[in-house]
Amino acid sequence: MRSCRPRTAALAAVAFTFASHAALAQKKYDTGANDTEIKIGNIMPYSGPASAYGVIGKTEEAYFNKINAEGGINGRKIKFISYDDAYSPPKAVEQARKLVESDEVLVIFNPLGTPSNTAIEKYLNTKRVPQLFVATGASRWNDPKNFPWTMGWQPSYQSEAHIYAKYLLKEKPDAKIGVLYQNDDFGKDYLKGLKDVLGAKSTMIVAEESYETSEPSIDNHIVKLKAAGVDVFISITTPKFAAQAIKKLAEIDWHPLHILSNVSASVGGVMKPAGFENSQGILSATYVKDGADPQWDNDPGMKKFYAFLEKYYPGGDKLDASVVYGYGVAQTLVQVLKQCGDDLTRANVMKQAASLKNFEPDTLLPGIKINTSPTDYAPIKQQQMMRFKGEKWELIDGIMSGELTH
Amino acid sequence: MSAVDDVVTEGQAVEAVPKRAMTLGAGTSLTVLALLLVIPFFAKNFIIFQMTMLLIYGLAVLALNILTGGSGQFSLGQSAFYAIGAYTSAILMEQYDVNYALTLPVAGVLCFAAGFLFGQPALRLSGVYLALATFALATAMPQLLKLGFFEKWTGGVQGLVVTKPDPPFHLPISQDMWLYYFTLVITIAIYIFSVNLLRSRSGRAFMAIRDNEIAASAMGVDVALYKTLAFGVSAGITGVAGGLGAIAVQFVAPDSYTITLAIALFLGMVVGGVGWLPGSIVGSAFIIFVPNIAESISKGLSGAVFGVLLFLVIFLVPHGARQVAIVSQQMIGKFRKT
Repeated sequence: MRSCRPRTAALAAVAFTFASHAALAQKKYDTGANDTEIKIGNIMPYSGPASAYGVIGKTEEAYFNKINAEGGINGRKIKFISYDDAYSPPKAVEQARKLVESDEVLVIFNPLGTPSNTAIEKYLNTKRVPQLFVATGASRWNDPKNFPWTMGWQPSYQSEAHIYAKYLLKEKPDAKIGVLYQNDDFGKDYLKGLKDVLGAKSTMIVAEESYETSEPSIDNHIVKLKAAGVDVFISITTPKFAAQAIKKLAEIDWHPLHILSNVSASVGGVMKPAGFENSQGILSATYVKDGADPQWDNDPGMKKFYAFLEKYYPGGDKLDASVVYGYGVAQTLVQVLKQCGDDLTRANVMKQAASLKNFEPDTLLPGIKINTSPTDYAPIKQQQMMRFKGEKWELIDGIMSGELTH
Repeated sequence: MSAVDDVVTEGQAVEAVPKRAMTLGAGTSLTVLALLLVIPFFAKNFIIFQMTMLLIYGLAVLALNILTGGSGQFSLGQSAFYAIGAYTSAILMEQYDVNYALTLPVAGVLCFAAGFLFGQPALRLSGVYLALATFALATAMPQLLKLGFFEKWTGGVQGLVVTKPDPPFHLPISQDMWLYYFTLVITIAIYIFSVNLLRSRSGRAFMAIRDNEIAASAMGVDVALYKTLAFGVSAGITGVAGGLGAIAVQFVAPDSYTITLAIALFLGMVVGGVGWLPGSIVGSAFIIFVPNIAESISKGLSGAVFGVLLFLVIFLVPHGARQVAIVSQQMIGKFRKT
C-alpha cells in the first residue's frame, strides 16, 4: 500500500505542472485568496462545555505554520483565523458571519459540533462559502444535493454502526443483540445504522434500552438487557456511561460479547477507570493510529507526525486523539488546496474536495483511503475492528467499509 | 440571603433618585436614536447583524431590568423565557407558515402567561431562594426542549432552521438591514412602553414593593398581583426578544439557551446599571463585544481575561453604566457653568 505513495505524489506533481502551465495565464481567485495568501476560517469551542476539543484548532494552526515554514501551498501562505464559539450555536453564527463578511476567508474549515454546524449550514450554503470537513460524526453532512457547500470528514456514527452490524453478521449470525443507547441524535444515528445493515434480520436485536444523560446511573438498563437473554451487548454510550456499563457487567458477572462505540474507546478515559481486568475482550472500531501504540513507532506517517509535534507543537500530547485528528484533517485540507492549483475560487475548492482519490493522511490506519466524488461527500468511510487486550487496543481483521452494500 | 439583600439595598440607594433619572434626557435620547438609525448605512452586513443582536439582547436585559430594577425580584431563569419565545417563533414560522412579524406577539403573550404562572409559586420566595428557583428553570429548559414528546415540533437536539425574512414591498435593502430596522422599531416601542410602565401607577407599585413590601401592602398595593405581573411583563418582553433572536440567528437549538445565556443577561443588567433602562443597551454591548475583545487578547485565556475585565468594571464603577452617565452629566453641567 504504502510503497505506491511516492508514485502518487510524483503523478500529482506532474499533474500540477500541467495544471499550472495551463492556468498560468488565468489565475482565478475568490475573496480570501490572492498571489501570496489563502485565508482559512475556523470555529472551535475554546471555552465552554466542549473546550477539550479546542486542541484540534491548536493542532491545525501548528500544522499550517509547518506548511508555511516549508514554503506554503503553490507559493501561497495559509492565514488561519480561528474563533471561539463556546459550543453555542448563536455564537457560531456570529463568528461564521464575522469570518465570511469581515475577515473575508476563502473557506470555513473544520468547525466543530453538530449544533454549531447545523446553525451555520444554511447561511454558508446561501453565501456559497465552503463549509469544509466539519468536525462532527452526524450522518447529515453527506447531502451534496441539498447542501453542496458542506462536507464532512470523519466516518459518521451510522457508518461505524454499519461496520459493527457487518461484523456480527459474519462472526455471530445467531446473535441476540441488546443495545444500550443514549437518547439523542448520537444514539439514534447508531441504532439506525445497525438496523440499516441488519435489514430483515433486525429481529436479531432482542432488546433496546435508552438512557438520558441526566440519569445518574444506568445499572437498571443493564440488568434488563441481561434478563432479556442478550448475548451481544452494544454500548452506544459517552465515556462516563461506557465506564459505568463495563463495571456493572463485571459486577453482575455477565459476559456477553461487548461492542463499544468509538466515542468511548479511550484507554485513559474509559478503560482505565472501569478497570483493565473488566475491559478485556471489548470490541470497537477505529480509523486513526493510536499515538500511544508502540507498533507505529517505525511507521513513516507517524514518524512525520511525531517530528511535527516536536518542532511545531511541543505542547501537543501525542496520546490525545484530538491531536491525531487535527493533524489528519489539516493535511486533507492542504491536499485539496494543492489540487486547486491557481484556481482558488470557492467553487473549485469544493470541486477539488469532491475529487479526492485514494488520499492517505499520515495519521490514518494503513489502508484507509479518502475518496470523494460529486455525489459522495463522506471522505472517510472505512474503519477497522479492534479488541481490547492487556492495557491497549489490538487491531483485528482487515479494513472494513462502512458503506451500505445493496 | 443578606448578601443579596445588600446588593438590592445598595441598588436602591442609587435608585431612590426621582423616576426621571430612569431614562435619558431628550437630547441624549435623540442623539442615540439618530446614531442607531444612520450607522447601518455605513456598515457592512456583519456589523448590522451584530447591531441587531445588540438590540435583541438589549431587550432581554431590559426585561430583566424591569423585574429586578423595578420590582426587586431576582431571576436567573430568563434564558428559559427567551427559549420559549424563540421556539414559539421558529415553530410557527417553519411548521405553520405564519408570517414572522405575527409570531412575535404570540411569543410575547405565551411568555407573559408562562412568566405569570411561574410568578405564582415564586411569590413565596425572595432573594437568593428566588434566584435558585429561577436557576432551576434555566437548567431544566434545554432538557425539556430535547424531550421526545415535543420532538415533532422542536426538532429535538437538532433544532430548527429558520428562514430569514425578505424585506417587504421589494425595498432595495439587504435582509440584514431590513431585520435591523424591524428590530429597532420593536425595541423603541418596547422601550417607550417600559418607561411609561415604570412611571405609571403599576410602576410605582413595583418600586414600592422593591423598597419595602410591608409598607407597600400597608398602602394598599396588592403585593402578590404586582409581583406576578412584573414576572409576566418581564417574561413577555424576553419572549419577544427570543423570537427576534431566532429570526436573526436563523436557528434554534436547545444548546443555544443554556444557563450561560441567563447569566450573561444578568451580567448585562448589572454592568448596565440595575434599574436604569438605557443601561440595558450598554449591558448588551458588554456581553456581546467584551468576550470578543477578550478572545483577541488571548485565545487560551479568554475566560480569564473576560473575568479580569468584568472585575475591573464592577470594581471601578459598581453601579455600571448609569454611574458613568451620572458622573459625565455632572461634569458637563460644571463645564457649562464655568
